[in-house]
Amino acid sequence: MTATTSPRDEAQMIASIIAGDSRLFHELIRPYERKVYVMALSFLRNEADAEDAAQEAFLKAFRNLASFRGEAKFGTWLISITLNEARSRIRRRDSIKMESLDEPPDDQGHTTPALLRDWKEIPSEALERKEVSLLLQQAVTGLPPIYREVFLLRDVEGLSVNEAAEAIGISIASVKVRSHRARMMLQKSLAPQLKRVAPKRRWFPWS
Amino acid sequence: MVIECKHVWEHISGYLDGNLAPDVLEEVQKHLEHCEICSAILDSTRNILILTADDRVFELPLGFSERLHARLEEEIKGMEPPPATDDSARRK
Repeated sequence: MTATTSPRDEAQMIASIIAGDSRLFHELIRPYERKVYVMALSFLRNEADAEDAAQEAFLKAFRNLASFRGEAKFGTWLISITLNEARSRIRRRDSIKMESLDEPPDDQGHTTPALLRDWKEIPSEALERKEVSLLLQQAVTGLPPIYREVFLLRDVEGLSVNEAAEAIGISIASVKVRSHRARMMLQKSLAPQLKRVAPKRRWFPWS
Repeated sequence: MVIECKHVWEHISGYLDGNLAPDVLEEVQKHLEHCEICSAILDSTRNILILTADDRVFELPLGFSERLHARLEEEIKGMEPPPATDDSARRK
């Protein structure tokens, strides 16, 4: 995502929107549509619910824009709104507890990775196969919530450690620990499965 | 000093993010040179990160953007513009 590297001046856009040019809000949020949707989807695990939550998060951002102080980046602020929206929907939807949002301590145990003797790269063309991208999607959404949100922000959406810490409201050290554990959990669950789905006849002698 | 596999696993993320301290990095690198298991763990983790970051894994549903902007349009129309506080009016 290159949204934040473009020369657009978000602070200026926000000031104009607050001053009454509400049409600019459409432009302001365009680079964040996917980020917001993916965060919502990873929590709600259902496309329709995720779309609705994403729309609601954007509306909340619009309604509360005047309270955005510009200390954080707009994108980071928007993600915190999305996380809150998704979490509160889960609480409402699953009042019979299906997954715990309680935070287990970060230092509990270690994740032993999947032990392999060799690893051949799975080419990104493999993602053309629906089963492969579904496998990845399910593995990510299957992570415990505290690891899932850090993984998505850092490794899917490309936020820095500091930005992720700010969006979730946890320390930088916690982001690092959770990020590591999330990656190891995914390696453990995905590496053996990906090895099986890897196209067998497509390895060229030079690969 | 020879470090164990378990110790190397704790540094896989730091290694991929390029933020290991120089002495740790050297130990990890030395270990990776002769340990095919840890090398495979590193390679598979790196590959999984590349794959999960691909836009095709989490795709926006068709028409998502159109529906979002239509809803925003509708709700914004029915709404007063967000109140401009003194503070926000001053902000550049």
